[in-house]
Amino acid sequence: MEVFWFIAGNWASIVELALEHITIVGVAVGFAIVAGVPIGIAITQNQSIANAVLYIASIIVTIPSIALFGLMIPILSTIGHGIGWLPAVIAILLYSLLPIIRNTHTAITNVDPALREAARGMGMTSMQRLTRVEIPIAVPVIMAGVRTAVVMNIGVAAIAAYIGAGGLGVLISRGISQTDPRQLITGAIAVSLLAIFADWTLLKLQKLLTPSGLTH
Amino acid sequence: MIQLENLTKTFETPRGVVVAADKVNMTVPTGEICVLLGPSGCGKTTALKMINRLIRPTSGRILINGEDTADRNTIELRRQIGYVIQQIGLFPNMTVEENICVVPRMLGWEAKPAKARAAELIDLVGLDPHHFLYRYPKELSGGQQQRIGVIRALAADPPVMLMDEPFGAIDPINREIIQNEFLKMQATLKKTIMFVSHDIDEAVKMGDKIAIFRGGRIEQYDTPDRILSHPVNAFVADFVGADRTLKRLRLVTAEMIADPGTPAVARGARPQEALQAAKAHGGRTVIVIDANHRPVAYATVEELSGAHGTVGDFAHPLPATVPARADLRAVVSEMFANDVMWLACTDDQGRFAGVVTQPAVTAMLGQSSGQPLTN
Repeated sequence: MEVFWFIAGNWASIVELALEHITIVGVAVGFAIVAGVPIGIAITQNQSIANAVLYIASIIVTIPSIALFGLMIPILSTIGHGIGWLPAVIAILLYSLLPIIRNTHTAITNVDPALREAARGMGMTSMQRLTRVEIPIAVPVIMAGVRTAVVMNIGVAAIAAYIGAGGLGVLISRGISQTDPRQLITGAIAVSLLAIFADWTLLKLQKLLTPSGLTH
Repeated sequence: MIQLENLTKTFETPRGVVVAADKVNMTVPTGEICVLLGPSGCGKTTALKMINRLIRPTSGRILINGEDTADRNTIELRRQIGYVIQQIGLFPNMTVEENICVVPRMLGWEAKPAKARAAELIDLVGLDPHHFLYRYPKELSGGQQQRIGVIRALAADPPVMLMDEPFGAIDPINREIIQNEFLKMQATLKKTIMFVSHDIDEAVKMGDKIAIFRGGRIEQYDTPDRILSHPVNAFVADFVGADRTLKRLRLVTAEMIADPGTPAVARGARPQEALQAAKAHGGRTVIVIDANHRPVAYATVEELSGAHGTVGDFAHPLPATVPARADLRAVVSEMFANDVMWLACTDDQGRFAGVVTQPAVTAMLGQSSGQPLTN
């Protein structure tokens, strides 16, 4: 009940924190898509490069987020952004690369070779093949990678509150430091709901972007 | 016209150099279908794919209508060659219409004429444009997909088509239907076609000429009839099969060897008239026809001799008739099924068109020249 009154009384600031949270994840994953999809496509040309890139991306994901924030403090301090919004975005961008690159790579390599041969034989250029056949067919799988990245990183962004990035993690960190269960529970519920909501929205978007000929 | 001159392809592999095509020389005249036939790994597909440069030739020349294709841009060259593959390769993200319009649109056609062309082509293969143009490939049966695959290749009206086992993935019944449809289309379209197959029956049916490949070389390049009647060596004879003589039955239609002079008389005719007609023709049988000229019965000279009444009184019903367009395989099958030595054949309207006899069939098969009697 106390939690309920807390939420009702601080509605405006909770929404503000949620928007901050969404911005951090949105900007980071947005950049990860811009970087990761072309990388995922490019590495389909060479299997050993693909293995190396996917290996590096997997290693990055194994670094705990707190450690990654710590590692970035000395580096980003040189430009005056050792803590705060920027390291949070960079960390989430790096974490997002793996699912996006891996799904793009898998989706493009799994395009039926017969389609590729038909496209080549009909006189499509490599770019036409990519934009008219391979990418449209790969979209559902790429979008699944984006969903994974978003859901995974809504949690990471909550931790980023400890380096002053803002977001719903602020409620959790304050709740812990002030031993205030109201804030702690509110923050935890809000982060969870945000993750569920984001997953559902992106699933709808994925279905929307899937070419009609590929739906079942 | 497609000309291949000393076309050679070698691959470097860890186990040494593999020659996939070895100085292939052949000419496919304009408007003909040439079937490249052979066991797997014989180089037929390699030879085909060098024409649209999906495989780069090691040496040799490819000329299309007298022009060396080496001077042409690869992308432009491919857009002017129709290409059909066994796996069909319809783009699943595009509707049937979009699939058909791919090449015309790349060639710079406006959307409207391209769509009109798609509707025209889909009608040509007997599919309803309203029903099929806006569907996606996954909503079509295998046979329908393959038809779309063929007309997609025809969309920009290319003079030359390459078909890599185009009907290989279809069940036998539908394959037969699609083959017939395609031959009917080809009769008016007159494309110059290279057609890869591993099925001798398909080759005999589809090909104006057949090139038999082994180990990257052409063993024999000839008409289906010559290949079946005169295989140049044991490999070709073996490949076309021990029943090669029977396969030639498919190359000849009933009308080619039918005797149209066999007398036909009405049921009400007098035996005397029938006998006279039979005598003039030199045979021992007359065919009895109805008012619409359809063969319905027969009578023999023996029974009619000295008889009174009408021919109808002595007539025996015909056990079966065959269409004049039917190939001899169907005719012989019908003869065996009814245990008869001859059959009357009928034209498209069902009218009497002559008589095919077993001796005429065997005489045709025995012909050493191998050329069918007529045409």
